[in-house]
Amino acid sequence: MIKARVTVTLKNGVLDPQGKAIEGALGTLGFSGVGQVRQGKVFDVQLEGTDTAKAETDLKAMCEKLLANTVIENYSVTLT
Amino acid sequence: MKSAVVLLPGLNRDRDMIAALTKISGKPPVTVWQTETEIPDVDLIVIPGGFSYGDYLRCGAIGARKPVMQAVAEKAKKGVPVIGVCNGFQILLEAGLLPGALMRNKSLKFVCREVKLSVANANTLFTRNYAPGQVIRAPVAHHDGNFFADAETLARIEGEGRVVFRYAENTNPNGSINDIAGIMNASGNVLGLMPHPEDLIEAAHGGIDGRGLFESALGIAA
Repeated sequence: MIKARVTVTLKNGVLDPQGKAIEGALGTLGFSGVGQVRQGKVFDVQLEGTDTAKAETDLKAMCEKLLANTVIENYSVTLT
Repeated sequence: MKSAVVLLPGLNRDRDMIAALTKISGKPPVTVWQTETEIPDVDLIVIPGGFSYGDYLRCGAIGARKPVMQAVAEKAKKGVPVIGVCNGFQILLEAGLLPGALMRNKSLKFVCREVKLSVANANTLFTRNYAPGQVIRAPVAHHDGNFFADAETLARIEGEGRVVFRYAENTNPNGSINDIAGIMNASGNVLGLMPHPEDLIEAAHGGIDGRGLFESALGIAA
């Protein structure tokens, strides 16, 4: 079994209203010095087999085809 | 004139869309379920609004990967007119049939109200029954209608006259770049828009501003 973590984040320059709202809420809670918050997504994926090279290729294809919208999002894959 | 309405679990504007198409075209549209791989020969395909797959992952992301969307893509390639309204627009973007993306509304609020739209390009399959620059009324109801495209894509769709509708008179409800409310593909037969023209097609609705869009697409004279 291979375990992987896929992280999807908004590209630079894409407005993130949710991140902005979270940023504001942190300020309200008294956390000073929060520069910027960008919200993203994390997917923990389990894959059958032990071929890590194949797993990385497959995970990248999954990101391109579904997990990320590459118009607005970047992704990264880490085998854990 | 024959039309088809695509059905996915979680869409909820299909009944009003079917009623509108029935009244305008004179016959009920055929409905095509998400698992179907072929769409009958029709003059217009419509993907209605709602919350397909509960907006899981991203609005329209799951629906866009269902078999029926492959069939829609094939029909679109052959030149059949396709309209996606609201979630239907999101699905067309996620399916790669239109460029750009729809982000969370700038206000972070679900917006349900009437807006004004200007016909940014009246020389299209979908707007030929309107006058250039004509301002029409249309309801919106969405949480993720904030159109975004990178600078290069934006310049291309603007330059090619592919922005079909813009929010007018300071009614942009969602922060969309360039007040974009609806765009079409390069060949001009696929339209996506956030507002709901199907909700203003007869006097009982309080106006018929949306009728022209369906009549244009179906080739019915104004």
